[in-house]
Amino acid sequence: MTEEIIIAGFGGQGVLSMGKILAYSGVMQNKEVSWMPSYGPEMRGGTSNVTVIISDTRISSPVLSSFDTAIILNQQSLDKFEKAVKPGGMLLYDPNGITHHPTRKDINIYQIAATDKAAEIGIAKLFNMIVLGGFLKYKPIVADEFIHKGLEKSLPARHHKLIPDNEKAIKIGMEIVKPYHVI
Amino acid sequence: MNESIIKPENLVYRRTPVLTDNVMHYCPGCGHGTIHRLIAEVIEEMGIQEQTIGVAPVGCSVLAYNYLDVDIQEAAHGRAPALATGIKRLKPDFFVFSYQGDGDLAAIGTAETIHACNRGENITMIFVNNGIYGMTGGQMAPTTLEGMKTSTSPYGRDIKMMGNPLKITELLAQLPGTIYVTRQAVYKPALVRKCKTAIRKAFENQRLNKGTSFVEVVSNCNSGWKLPPVEANKWLEENMLPMYPLGDIKDVK
Amino acid sequence: MKELRLMKGNEAVAEAAIRFGVDGYFGYPITPQSEILEHLMAENPYPKTGMVVLQAESEVASINMVYGGAACGKRVMTTSSSPGISLMQEGLSYIAGAELPCLVVNVVRGGPGLGTIQPSQADYFQSTKGGGHGDYRLIVLAPSSVQEMYDFVGLGFDLAFKYRNPAMLLADGVIGQVMEKVEVDDYKPRWTDEYIKKSFPWATTGKNPNQPHVIVTSLELDSARQEQVNLRIQAKYRECEKNDVRFEMLHCDDAEYIFVAYGSSARICQKAIEMGREKGIKVGLLRPITLWPFPTQILRELSYKVKGMLAVEMSAGQMVEDVILATENRIKVEHFGRFGGIIPSPQEVVTALETKIIGGK
Repeated sequence: MTEEIIIAGFGGQGVLSMGKILAYSGVMQNKEVSWMPSYGPEMRGGTSNVTVIISDTRISSPVLSSFDTAIILNQQSLDKFEKAVKPGGMLLYDPNGITHHPTRKDINIYQIAATDKAAEIGIAKLFNMIVLGGFLKYKPIVADEFIHKGLEKSLPARHHKLIPDNEKAIKIGMEIVKPYHVI
Repeated sequence: MNESIIKPENLVYRRTPVLTDNVMHYCPGCGHGTIHRLIAEVIEEMGIQEQTIGVAPVGCSVLAYNYLDVDIQEAAHGRAPALATGIKRLKPDFFVFSYQGDGDLAAIGTAETIHACNRGENITMIFVNNGIYGMTGGQMAPTTLEGMKTSTSPYGRDIKMMGNPLKITELLAQLPGTIYVTRQAVYKPALVRKCKTAIRKAFENQRLNKGTSFVEVVSNCNSGWKLPPVEANKWLEENMLPMYPLGDIKDVK
Repeated sequence: MKELRLMKGNEAVAEAAIRFGVDGYFGYPITPQSEILEHLMAENPYPKTGMVVLQAESEVASINMVYGGAACGKRVMTTSSSPGISLMQEGLSYIAGAELPCLVVNVVRGGPGLGTIQPSQADYFQSTKGGGHGDYRLIVLAPSSVQEMYDFVGLGFDLAFKYRNPAMLLADGVIGQVMEKVEVDDYKPRWTDEYIKKSFPWATTGKNPNQPHVIVTSLELDSARQEQVNLRIQAKYRECEKNDVRFEMLHCDDAEYIFVAYGSSARICQKAIEMGREKGIKVGLLRPITLWPFPTQILRELSYKVKGMLAVEMSAGQMVEDVILATENRIKVEHFGRFGGIIPSPQEVVTALETKIIGGK
């Protein structure tokens, strides 16, 4: 199993930390992982993206131009990465702020209204965990217990009391994600 | 001379064992030899020869390591304070000193000098200022006086074109990291004794671990100034000292 | 079982330094490697291991602080990225000339000049051919994973002390910024002053009574003696070339074509091999781990067996010159690379192999 994922959105949406929790969960399940961020001035307020690879075997390139899954959180990233999903792959996106929706017919597309949901129940900071839940619903590449361990490892100790809230947000994501176009 | 035939009460001078037997390459009348001797005597008198590491510069005193009988490192031009920082940080129980000329300390190495002093590195910095580049053949130094002729200011230092003489010692005294900043000279016996006291204090300060001690020694350059030793000393007194007056500039108690 | 961590390449360098028992780190911030100094400052190793960490006023000062510490027989290091490494060339030449061991990490970014902060491999010439003035070499290790960023800190120091010569880790922005799984070691104690004094008579550790003082210098005004110094240094380099060439071969057994690539380019080539082999192209990878000494011998042997080689570098073509020298014009050797901070895609690499080597008779 090798899953090659791009997560892309605005800086501040928790793109990098979502990727890190996923990657750390992979480490806990004894998988090979790679987490490669875009870096530099574009980090500061602009778009932010990270390539996460989780695999049972040695990972070749940490930098990729096509992906099994794209998790997309803003319009610029949708414009940039929709075409980078491999045929038969998956695109998960939050429709908040999206005016031009994805049009490809050869991939599975799912919507998750995570921004709206997070605002509705007052957990804006856990927005990215709702999105992660939506991904794990269709690609359960890491088991729940290892997600828990991944949260323990990637959050500083002072935030460990928030782990149950994170896990609840993941559950909510699994519930609200819905197909938009499925092959 | 066989020392055993000298009665101890008659001994007025002996060479300190912290100087090696090597014959110094300095020009007759040059101040470097005297300054080397003072440092060596201080190290001997403090009994710290085995706990001292020195740093030699690029310039006339590039070969200081051949004369001072302590473990010693040769730095790139201007970088002695950075070497001394590395040594002292990793061997804080050692006495560490740097020895630099004006071009080394106040031109190419200005950044290293200022930042070592500003961090308050617990080291002793010896700065020999003769207002000229001696080793490379008498070119203009940052401390060359206005109107002074050198091979790169053959018509005299023109302030408008070549900038001002740099009083780096006064500048360093402004930094909170320095605890002792003084200007000395060695062209008269009384001044030699005073200079030794200052160097001793600058070394003793390392025991206090409070900051950087900095000793400037205004010296001569007979070859570069093209003056015989006696005249050079007179020139030093009449021209260098008004610009670079002697005495303690800063002494934090 | 060893502890497993998810770490950035830059963090791995810092963590390895603390755990390996390094005595001192002197550095100046520059993207894309500032996490090394940041991680060290956050970890604050001094109370735990006695390791000194100091932010210097410049890269010029950093490398000269390294000189001072290295000349005391201590394990000292600095890290930077391309423009900062250029500033260190003076110091590196003096350190090589004074025959001192130290470790320098270069997380390369694109040049020339201020260039870009994105990944590059355009410092190959500077790293492997000398860099500063005079006849000297750096021992250059090219990590291609975060685990190697970690492991090569210790290896770099071992080689530096073995040959009393500066060693360099030549990484790039990809390897510095990527997070991967790392097995970390337990803390090793730093060398004691007694051990250093006993083991390294060349170091300034305080004059021994009745013995000559130690002078650490790269200056020798007598030409005949300076030539002897150079001959001694060169003899050391020949020993290093004989004993310490390191490389990795992947899928070379049945290969008709070879990618030659190091660092993150080698990772991209591994993906390109997967893609190429799916199309039926028998391609393998020779990954130099030491860029100096370069794996000349194995490339020479491979040149009798394969039809062509493609040197893949994020530069305008630097290592390719060493590949051509090694293969003695026996086979077709070409370069493919992107530069300016652009990382070539595995697909581009496969296409370059097809057009430049397989199709390009």
